[in-house]
Amino acid sequence: MATDTHRAIEAVWRIEAPRLVAGLAGLVRDLGVAEELAQDALVAALEQWPAEGVPRNPGAWLMTTAKRRAVDQIRRDATYRRKLAEVGQALEESAPDIGAAVAEAGGIGDDLLRLVFVACHPVLPAQARAALTLRLIGGLTTAEIARAFLVPEPTMAQRIARAKKTLSAARVPFEAPRGDDLAARLPSVLEVIYLIFNEGYAATAGDDWMRPELCADALRLGRVLARLLPREPEVHGLVALMEIQASRAAARTGPGGEPILLADQNRARWDQLLIRRGLAALELARTRIRGGAPGPYALQAAIAACHARARRFEDTDWERIARLYEQLGRAAPSPVVELNRAVALAMAYGPAAGLELLDQLTGVPALRTYHLLPSVRGDFLVKLGRHAEARAEFERAAALTRNGRERTLLLGRAAACD
Amino acid sequence: MRFMVITKATAASEAGVPPATEDFDTMGAFIQDLMDAGVLLAAEGLHPSSQGVRIVAEGDSTTVVDGPFTETKELIAGFFLVETKSLEECVEWFKRYPIRPPAGEPGIIEIRPVIQAGDYSETMTGEQREAVAERDKSTRYT
Repeated sequence: MATDTHRAIEAVWRIEAPRLVAGLAGLVRDLGVAEELAQDALVAALEQWPAEGVPRNPGAWLMTTAKRRAVDQIRRDATYRRKLAEVGQALEESAPDIGAAVAEAGGIGDDLLRLVFVACHPVLPAQARAALTLRLIGGLTTAEIARAFLVPEPTMAQRIARAKKTLSAARVPFEAPRGDDLAARLPSVLEVIYLIFNEGYAATAGDDWMRPELCADALRLGRVLARLLPREPEVHGLVALMEIQASRAAARTGPGGEPILLADQNRARWDQLLIRRGLAALELARTRIRGGAPGPYALQAAIAACHARARRFEDTDWERIARLYEQLGRAAPSPVVELNRAVALAMAYGPAAGLELLDQLTGVPALRTYHLLPSVRGDFLVKLGRHAEARAEFERAAALTRNGRERTLLLGRAAACD
Repeated sequence: MRFMVITKATAASEAGVPPATEDFDTMGAFIQDLMDAGVLLAAEGLHPSSQGVRIVAEGDSTTVVDGPFTETKELIAGFFLVETKSLEECVEWFKRYPIRPPAGEPGIIEIRPVIQAGDYSETMTGEQREAVAERDKSTRYT
């Protein structure tokens, strides 16, 4: 029975933690303190619920317990500050006025949005932002996050603690940006969610090609953000991109866990529910664009949608994809986008057209250690019948990739060139 | 993890009694919560079984049987498709289901994990896995 209650508490935590931490951070204006208060409330629940039963409204119980402690802490803090002042030391900042803090705090949505922007603040490195976001908005335990990123738990605990310290030290205010600031800060949030998704979708390290749970976590975060910022086209663009990419999850790996490339995927196994959700989100992104051109996520989603709409690989509208990549190259210039454009060009107009663009990229420093460049080049060369050159490219790609499964795939392609 | 949450029929739902006006708001708020938390994938309510049919395959014959169907509490009245971290989380969400059943009848919500790719791969032999992969290939659209 005790374990059942514990599992129920864990489930309540998963549901309530984001709102709890967000509400508390709105009150105490410090992420670390807010999380400690939330944790204290959880510990109280672990002590009391097994004996007294899970309360009818567990979220409200946790919030009341935590707020009571928050008020105590703020009072203690104020007393402490007064004492400091008495001995002649200057106050670093005035103690937060509880009444005012409660009055100015908006709804739960506002608090949650602030929490998102603080956790994804640009003073933090992207990896730290990802960990903090999963912890605070995703409601994951440190152990779960550590497992997801394949690092030992103490390392992850340290990373999260350091992130919170950095936020305190930088005096990052607990607020969500508005207007132009919002436009400037939003990419740092979207980037973090997509980073989490990609870490699950195309694991950069380890032997597993995918870690689907991390994809699910990122998707959930994206859907939450779309509810918080319904008027931002790029949020819907990101959600669309993730839904459509996730729709292929079941088709992307073979029975032994080996990767299956887009061209060879069994499209009957694509998740039509996620595709429909993705296309709907893409439509939302399109209607939310005010003037201007679509942003990088909406463009990438539009490309993913081209694949989703093609019932067979042969039906893919590569000319449209090549055009979208061209737009993407203008919206977010990157050699990787050019690499993808080369693939689309090759599919639309033949391998020679792709190779021509690719050859302009071989000197680009950012691509020097990028395994997909030789991998794609090898592919074009095979199609042009230049097998010896292709083999060398696949071998180079195999040496560059850090993913075990992908290395096997590439070495297989090299061997097939004989 | 993906779950189908099935709300079972009641005498009222089978009789086609429409939801109370205030239930639209309560239910709406619950669905909002699920959406805000990013867990809801789809949700639908169903008309009574009197408007449905069953296709019954027996031996070589296939017959179509008109509703209504008798065993009310085994019938379904609607479903949610959700994606949560665990079964426990899903249970916790739907313990909060806001519509109370009519007096004298239990309201039953059934939660079933959706089969995901790879769920059965461990119990398959290598050959069976190959066979599945082959079948998958042959079911490709042509």
